[in-house]
Amino acid sequence: MSQALLTVIGEDRPGIVAAVTQALYTAGCSIGDASMMRLGGYFAIMQVLSYPQDLGAVEMALDAAVKRLNLRVHLDPLSSVAADGGAAPDTRVTVFGADRPGIVASVTAALASIGFNIVDLESERSGSPEHPIYIMVIQGLAPAGIAAVREVLAPLREKESIDIGVHPLETAVL
Amino acid sequence: MAVLPILTYPDPLLRRPAVAVADFDVELSAFVDDLIETMRTGPGGVGIAAPQVGRLQRIVVVDVRPKLGDDCHGLMVLVNPELIAWEGVAVGREGCMSVPDFTGNVIRAEQIRVQAQDIHGKVRVYECAGFEARAVQHEMDHLDGLLFLDRLVSRKTDLFRRKVYKR
Repeated sequence: MSQALLTVIGEDRPGIVAAVTQALYTAGCSIGDASMMRLGGYFAIMQVLSYPQDLGAVEMALDAAVKRLNLRVHLDPLSSVAADGGAAPDTRVTVFGADRPGIVASVTAALASIGFNIVDLESERSGSPEHPIYIMVIQGLAPAGIAAVREVLAPLREKESIDIGVHPLETAVL
Repeated sequence: MAVLPILTYPDPLLRRPAVAVADFDVELSAFVDDLIETMRTGPGGVGIAAPQVGRLQRIVVVDVRPKLGDDCHGLMVLVNPELIAWEGVAVGREGCMSVPDFTGNVIRAEQIRVQAQDIHGKVRVYECAGFEARAVQHEMDHLDGLLFLDRLVSRKTDLFRRKVYKR
């Protein structure tokens, strides 16, 4: 079995996941790690799948669902079979403040400068229309340690007028 | 003393409720010694429940000293444990010797009071907080056939820690 990363996007409505996964199952594919969510009225699917033949056959299997639900599909073959896994995140960074352009760019630039590897980022624009706030939660690996994360983010509190929390993510193996 | 084999999901024994211990004899004591040794050789090394080695009795061992040093109760052998009070909740990532490789977020009480018997049958009460409380709750779940997988929460739920003060 070869592996590919499948991306599907379409206007949100009930039945997208069912149609896509049923088509994949019928085509002999098996689904690995997946992340699916509603974003701005659209529904986005990202998943690792193992497929038996060629990617063209997968695309063909998805065709009926794609046409019926007006989906956009993208398939990227994964070179490495060990595409999943990797270490569990050890640090969580929470950021929130009055929404304005540049928050994500400045926070992630600071994190990148110390080699912080983002595993997962979720953000939401919230608050009232007059006073929108931006809330972001980042989970990742901090090879330089959590103190380095705190240090590199500290100046941004004032510069960007945002609240930043840095928390260790411990995994209790029991 | 012996290291016992750990059952892994989907072994059906992990889903069965355990029965109360009635005989506090030499055999129980020997089994608990084996359970402790098995716990200490495991990847986490801080907690284990009897059903994880296929013995469906209400016995849990927790010792979080490898994680917290002396800032905890040390070795706790909890026979027939009961949760008698709890307060606060926290989300934390857990893994389990019986569910290799996978870790996930689970909500647990932050502070607990547990009543249990020791290996001689004497009743004791422990107050635990934080990591130690999490470990005790995780292991006690095994006695009811529950795994941390039964309590997984979505990442969205993890956005902010929420405080709840009453049941």
